[in-house]
This record gives sequence, structure tokens and C-alpha cells, in this order.
Amino acid sequence: MSAALASRFGIRVQRMVLLLALFLLWEITARLFGDPGMIAAPSQVLGALGPRIFGDPRVLSAIGLTLFELTVAFICSVVFGVVIGLAIGSSSISRRGLMPIVLLLYAIPQAILLPLFVLTLGIGPLCKIAFGFSHGVFPVILSTVAGLRGASPLLLSGARSMGAGRLQIVRHLLFPHMVSVLFAGLRLAMTLTLLGVLLAELFVSTTGIGYFSQVFAQTFDPAPLFALIATLAAMAVALNETVRTIERRFTRWK
Amino acid sequence: MSARDRTPMFESKSAAMRAVQVGFLGLLLGLWFIATSVTQVHRLLLPDPPQVWHEMQRLVVTGELWRAARVTLLTVGQAYGIAVASGLLIGFCVSRSRHAVRLLEPVLSGFFAIPLTLFFPLFILFFGIGTASKLAYGALYALLPVALASIAAFARIDPLLIRAAAAMGARPAALLHRVYLPAALPGVLSGMRIALVICIAAVLGGETLVSTAGVGYAIKVAEELMEVARMYAWLIFVVLASFALNMLLSMAERWSVEP
Repeated sequence: MSAALASRFGIRVQRMVLLLALFLLWEITARLFGDPGMIAAPSQVLGALGPRIFGDPRVLSAIGLTLFELTVAFICSVVFGVVIGLAIGSSSISRRGLMPIVLLLYAIPQAILLPLFVLTLGIGPLCKIAFGFSHGVFPVILSTVAGLRGASPLLLSGARSMGAGRLQIVRHLLFPHMVSVLFAGLRLAMTLTLLGVLLAELFVSTTGIGYFSQVFAQTFDPAPLFALIATLAAMAVALNETVRTIERRFTRWK
Repeated sequence: MSARDRTPMFESKSAAMRAVQVGFLGLLLGLWFIATSVTQVHRLLLPDPPQVWHEMQRLVVTGELWRAARVTLLTVGQAYGIAVASGLLIGFCVSRSRHAVRLLEPVLSGFFAIPLTLFFPLFILFFGIGTASKLAYGALYALLPVALASIAAFARIDPLLIRAAAAMGARPAALLHRVYLPAALPGVLSGMRIALVICIAAVLGGETLVSTAGVGYAIKVAEELMEVARMYAWLIFVVLASFALNMLLSMAERWSVEP
């Protein structure tokens, strides 16, 4: 492999070629050997995308509802996570007293609490938002606490010796440092919130995405099932990229 | 993130930390007694502690606990074994060439950012509603952190070490055994730790969604039958088990760091 090929531009093109080759392999395998009740070729999935997903207002509104639940759950996770994180991380007493409790709760595999959420909050959007929030809030709390702690003592004493006031230290040292740590947590929070909302959506199979994925799977109609999943995956990637773009704007100084 | 942040930064005073945790659990239990005896919370939402304790004993005596736990543990064990073996293999092979790392690492980490839960209906479609679908789902979920951690660990080995060992006449087998594995071990182990937690969560989650057996399934059935006390009994067992596992993992970590 020549050095020119491995340049930054080249590697992206190669990655695209690799992914395209995988799709081609999938297309050929599905067409030649696949059971049509189980697997759909990419071309068939693309074909189903128009009429079965975007053409069907019921499916479209189910996706829209999921997006809404995700947005609310993520915003709640960030707001409550930062507030709780600031409260915990502000002093070493509160950190020692409260952090173990947060870690204790974070260690529980939350999927098992899903039936409890459904039992107490019903099968509507509230349950899904709450379950997404219960996943997303922990990384925000942890990264806020870590961000408050992590500013290098050397930088702190350096700033103080140069006569920086408390406000200046917060504005120019603690805040930028916290933001960069926080964003790593926000990306994880986005993934986990999506995980929580999707788990709850799939668990409740009488409405929303859970209902449609079950109907498509049970009628052995893989093309719209793959198309639905592809749409949601595209949504997940887009949201991740959004958080990443905002992160880059806030941490340009790095 | 979870494993990294959980470790040295917060676990400096481990005994104090456990004391706070036990105190918190005691407080929770006290609040539970008060909530069910003083206030009028509906029994369907919150059964009283003696009822749940009775159900916990019943699950143990009838062997229901062991039957469901056996299914879940077997699935987790198999899925984790597959994930670790293939993740290590993928990681090692990819790390052999710097070009492959740059080509494939973003693809794998991109996959890791999409919750694989999305694809769960496909696992059900391909592998049915039995344990096989949970096995495949858990294995794929746990594979990614192992592969990513071992790519990073193997690719970051100091080339000087390898050159020195080769110059001293180490054969490929000895090189693998004496240089590659020990040098990559810390990174690989932290990936394996994250993978174990993810694997358990994925299998339990899959069982809760669609299954025919296992702990997650038992919790779901208890909820559907409105056997709320039994559901709480199951939840308490899982919570206790996850604390035990957490303590074991942090003990293992301390033990592996010290020597």
C-alpha cells in the first residue's frame, strides 16, 4: 500500500469502498441464497423505504414519536445530570457521601427494571422518556463530577499566582476543562438514551416502533423491517454526529 | 467510560464507599417499610417487604430461581466466550497493520455508537425466540468493546520491545506468549471487563423483550401476571447479584494492578 493511498483523503475513500463491497456481498447473498421470508437485499430494502416507511403515516408517526421521546429524555438527562453532578462534585464531602450511591445505582443492569417502569408509568411516552432518562443521566452525572475534579492543580496554582480571581479561574480554566470532559459524557448519554428509549419501545409491542417491528417480523416481511431499522440507525448516526459537531465547536481551543 | 470513570478516581476509599452504599440500601429498606405501613401506596405498585421476602424464599425453595438463573448464566457464558475469543482474534489481526487500524477502527467504533438494540428484531427473525437469539445478540454486543480494546492494546505495543525480542532470537510463538500478550494484557482486560457488564445487560434485556426462559423472562412474566411481589423478589436477586459481581470485578482489578 503506497503512502499516497494511505493519506487522509485516501483512507476515507477506501473505507467507503469497503462498506460498498460489504453491501454488494449482502445483495448477492440475499438474492442467491437468502430465504425471502428472512432476509432482504439492500435494493429491496431501499425499495421498501419509500412506500412502506415514509409512505405510511402510521409508521412515520411512530418514528416521529420515538424521536420526540428521545429528545425530551436527552434534554432531561443533560439538565438533571449536570445539576446533580454539580451538587455532588462541588465539595469533597458531598462527593464522598453521594458518589458511591450513584455508582451503586449505575451498576444495576437497567433492562430488568423495564417491566417496573411499564407497571408504574404505563405504556405511553412517559414510560419511554423516563426509561431513556434513567439510562442517559448517569454518564452526564459522572462526567460532570469528573470534569469538576480534573482540572490540573498545576494550572490552578499557575493561574492563582498570576493573580486570577475566582471568577476568572472559573471562566477561563474550570469551565473550558469541564466542557471538554462533559462532552465525552454527552456522547455516551446520547447513545444510552437512545438505547433506553428503544428498549422501552420494543418492549411495548402494542404501539409504536415495537408494534411495527413485531408485525413485520411475524409476517416474514423482512424488507420493511430492515428499512425501519435502517431509518432508525440513520437517525442514531445523525444524532451522534450532531453532538460531535457541537462538541467540536465548544472545544475548538484544544 | 463507565469502567474508566469508576476506577481510580472514585474508588480510593473502598471501605468507606461500601459503608455508604450499605447505609443507603438500609435507608431505602427503611423508607420502603414506612411507605407501605404508614402511607397508603397501592399494593400493586409497591408490595410490603414481608410479602416480597416470602416470594424470595419461595423462588429459592421451589428451585425457580436456579432454573431461570441457569439459563441466563449459560447464555451469558457462551455469548461472552464467543465475544472474547473472536474479539481478541479480530483485534490482533487488525492491529498487525497500521493501515488496517486506520481503515477499520472508525467503522467498529461507529458501530459501537449505534445501540445494537435496534437490530434485536432481526436476531429474533434469524435465531427464533429461544436462547439462541439472546446468545447471538449478547455475543455481538460484547464483541465490539473487546475488539476495540485489543486493537488499541496490540497496536500500541512499543515496537522496540518486539524488535529487541526478535533480535534475541525469539520465535513467533515465544514472541506472542512473552511479548504481545503481557504487553497488551492491561488494555485487553479493561475491554473484557466492560464487555462482561455489557454482555450481561444485553442478555437480560433481550430476555425481557422476547424470550421463553431466563431471569429477564421471569421478571417480564411476573409483571404481566401482576405478581408484583414476585417481580420485586426477582429484581432484588438481580440487584444483589450485580453488586456481588461489581465487588468481585473491582477486587480482581486491584489484585491485578498491585503485583
